[in-house]
Amino acid sequence: MTVLDSRVPDGPLESKWEDHKFDMKLVNPNNKRRFEIIIVGTGLAGASAAATLGELGYKVKVFTYHDSARRAHSIAAQGGINAAKNYHGDGDSVFRLFYDTVKGGDYRSREANVHRLAEVSNSIIDQCVAQGVPFAREYGGLLDNRSFGGAQVSRTFYARGQTGQQLLLGAYQALSRQVKEGNVELITKSEMLELVVVDGKAAGIVVRDLVTGEITRHSAHATVLATGGYANAFFLSTMAMASNVTAAWRAHRKGAFFANPSFTQIHPTAIPSSDEFQSKLTLMSESLRNDGRIWVPEDPDESRHPADIPEEERDYYLERRYPAFGNLAPRDISSRAAKVVVDEGKGVGPLKNGVYLDFADVMERLGHDAVADKYGNLFEMYERITGEDPYEVPMRIYPAPHYTMGGLWVDYHLQTTIPGLFSIGESNFSDHGANRLGASALMQGLADGYFVLPYTIGDYLAPMLGQPKVETSAPEFDQAEQDVQARIEKYLNTNGTRSVDWFHRELGKLLWDYCGMERTKEGLEKALSEIPALRAEFERDVRVLGSAESLNSSLEKVGRVADFFELAELMCKDALVREESCGGHFRAEHQTDDGEAQRDDENFAHVTAWEWTGDPGDPTEHREQLDFEYVTLTQRSYK
Amino acid sequence: MNLTLRVWRQAGPDAPGRFETYEAKGISEDSSFLEMLDTVNEELVAEGEEPIEFMHDCREGICGTCGLMINGRAHGPELGTATCQLHMRTYSDGDELVIEPFRAAGFPIIKDLVVGRSAFDRIIEAGGYVTVDTGSAPDANLTPVPKETADLAMDAAACIGCGACVAACPNGAAQLFTSAKISQLNVLPQGQPERYQRTLGMVEVMEEHFGSCTNMGECEAACPKGISIDFIAMMNKDYRKATFAGRKAG
Repeated sequence: MTVLDSRVPDGPLESKWEDHKFDMKLVNPNNKRRFEIIIVGTGLAGASAAATLGELGYKVKVFTYHDSARRAHSIAAQGGINAAKNYHGDGDSVFRLFYDTVKGGDYRSREANVHRLAEVSNSIIDQCVAQGVPFAREYGGLLDNRSFGGAQVSRTFYARGQTGQQLLLGAYQALSRQVKEGNVELITKSEMLELVVVDGKAAGIVVRDLVTGEITRHSAHATVLATGGYANAFFLSTMAMASNVTAAWRAHRKGAFFANPSFTQIHPTAIPSSDEFQSKLTLMSESLRNDGRIWVPEDPDESRHPADIPEEERDYYLERRYPAFGNLAPRDISSRAAKVVVDEGKGVGPLKNGVYLDFADVMERLGHDAVADKYGNLFEMYERITGEDPYEVPMRIYPAPHYTMGGLWVDYHLQTTIPGLFSIGESNFSDHGANRLGASALMQGLADGYFVLPYTIGDYLAPMLGQPKVETSAPEFDQAEQDVQARIEKYLNTNGTRSVDWFHRELGKLLWDYCGMERTKEGLEKALSEIPALRAEFERDVRVLGSAESLNSSLEKVGRVADFFELAELMCKDALVREESCGGHFRAEHQTDDGEAQRDDENFAHVTAWEWTGDPGDPTEHREQLDFEYVTLTQRSYK
Repeated sequence: MNLTLRVWRQAGPDAPGRFETYEAKGISEDSSFLEMLDTVNEELVAEGEEPIEFMHDCREGICGTCGLMINGRAHGPELGTATCQLHMRTYSDGDELVIEPFRAAGFPIIKDLVVGRSAFDRIIEAGGYVTVDTGSAPDANLTPVPKETADLAMDAAACIGCGACVAACPNGAAQLFTSAKISQLNVLPQGQPERYQRTLGMVEVMEEHFGSCTNMGECEAACPKGISIDFIAMMNKDYRKATFAGRKAG
């Protein structure tokens, strides 16, 4: 096993980043335009990085498979964005935000990275307000905050239930200004299908135009992946339909290590699926748990209307098992508890795949109008999807995959193990450890894009002054393009019998059953034997119709699902070797007597980073040891 | 439930289009409209026919990617509902649905039900931003913004850029989209320095791509986010001020 160099600078935690900014090499303003940078993805991280690097004067090319840079899935984040402004004088600070984030991540993240994240959080809010992001305000005209995700301070800034949308539009608008000024070239409807590495360094990418099918080559001095998470490996998740792992996976296959792939977050309050044709799951805001009571009927054969089931025949299982936190137990704990009762056959709804979230008590206490005032739009959204009125019938909820903490391994500079290849936002593994806190994803995406990468990428580029970028006629580009063409032709000529979605759904079921909320050695080993078999069937029997010369969404999907198959194996492998429970990773063998996650800090306080070997079933494991100098490791308890 | 679909099929931007008839069988009323199309596509693939291409992504009504004309209405019959949030319980067994792409001169058809909406990006590039380089912003609470103003800006900013307003407009005009972005920035203190320049720039580009507004109000009725046509009036007012100021300066 090699030792991964995280390049965390020396010195006290509080001044590492400030000191390091001075130590890093700079590119003279007039020389910046001599450097070309490729960015893949236009979510919060990609759009903010492209805008900022364009403003600095670099020549930037940014790619998205969407029809507009405004549509990336960052847009769907509802709740808010954290920052350590302490505008409410309630004891918040950079150090407290740092500490909460490391603890929330169950002590599996890098202290120095998280501290930097907390440091730049305040600048993000300043920047967004200056851009015209319409954050919620108090009557005095100052910014409003709310508390979120179990934090004991009010540090979450929000724009109604559309914070992700407003932050993304802010970044998109800043990006649009750079496009207009000619500093950034924006290429839409184009998907990265291969990374090109020359002499051990990232040299560029190969891209397919989704409308014309044309394959093009692009080279640059540095390449940045801002391509989001991989929760769609589960098929049913709260992710957008097109979200995928392909860009990151292609980089992994070219030498970028993939870190902690088993660290996935399952959100407890999504609407359960209604039938087998369901394509995605919709999240209901976690805030509902403040007033709703979660229960299932005691009797698995219960068939009465929920209102007719007497109190003594209901199991308010969270209140019973966690009297102190009750319905507000953390995400991972609430999710697992729901799984336990549904597995016992006590699930509710036509498919018996949900639990009740009941507002009858609060309706009685506060009245219809007060509840409508607080949750009206969420109730409407629920009714639109399910056709049931939550004022009359309890909501049905069930956990769903919605974020992935794992991702490409990056050092303190956000550089992957391939020099010149950077990864930002959800696509890297860096800041959330084994569990992400609410309102922290938006913070990390914008921190990386606006305030971290623009500094660290300069340090990589500065010594390259005067060096031309690799020509796209290089043999490595030829090879990469041939590989892309070969994959496309292979799938178009497979002429199997089953659709891409069929295979994706089957893969998702396997992952969800064996690598979802609860994992066991036995289950993971079963998955590791079944996934390759299913993949072999996929390669032999998938049916993709149409041509490569026009818009063909089946063809887009087949490549993404092929990569999900390889990733799925790595997720199971990672979950298998991590013989502990931490955050979103719960191994049934490793729990306390009370059924809670049991960490093993002595043996597993490390990041697992996997190296591609050519065989998806046999990756090489590397470790980065995590040292905690400022945070005291404790066992979580929510009793 | 079983339905009959008449779906617009068009192989490419320059190919002729036509309506094809498909039967959607055994559709659950809990399915979303797009899941109904997924089901039809699975059937088509099984029969060896190319699936219908349609626009979609987040499927929770926020990304603005989806958009269909359903029986002549942008996003279908439910008010304040994007196509992806429309559910089949809205319909009855045996219904016939005519499904077309958003049609407007500014939205060229790419394939089947997929259109190009990049003209919207051109409008934003013409001034739909505040010029503030990263890192140059003052403290966020330096400038108080009255709550009413912030709320008004948020009402405008809720636009998801789907283009239903254009598709619903008999003139194919983009006033609702353009005015929403102009108004969001023009009511905020942060947007004041570039207020008139922004308005002129964006309106000019809008007019290059889209038709003219004749106050039909169809846009507001079709908008999945309920954006008010009051913003069009605000934009027109700022546009008049901007042209007047321009003449004085000239």
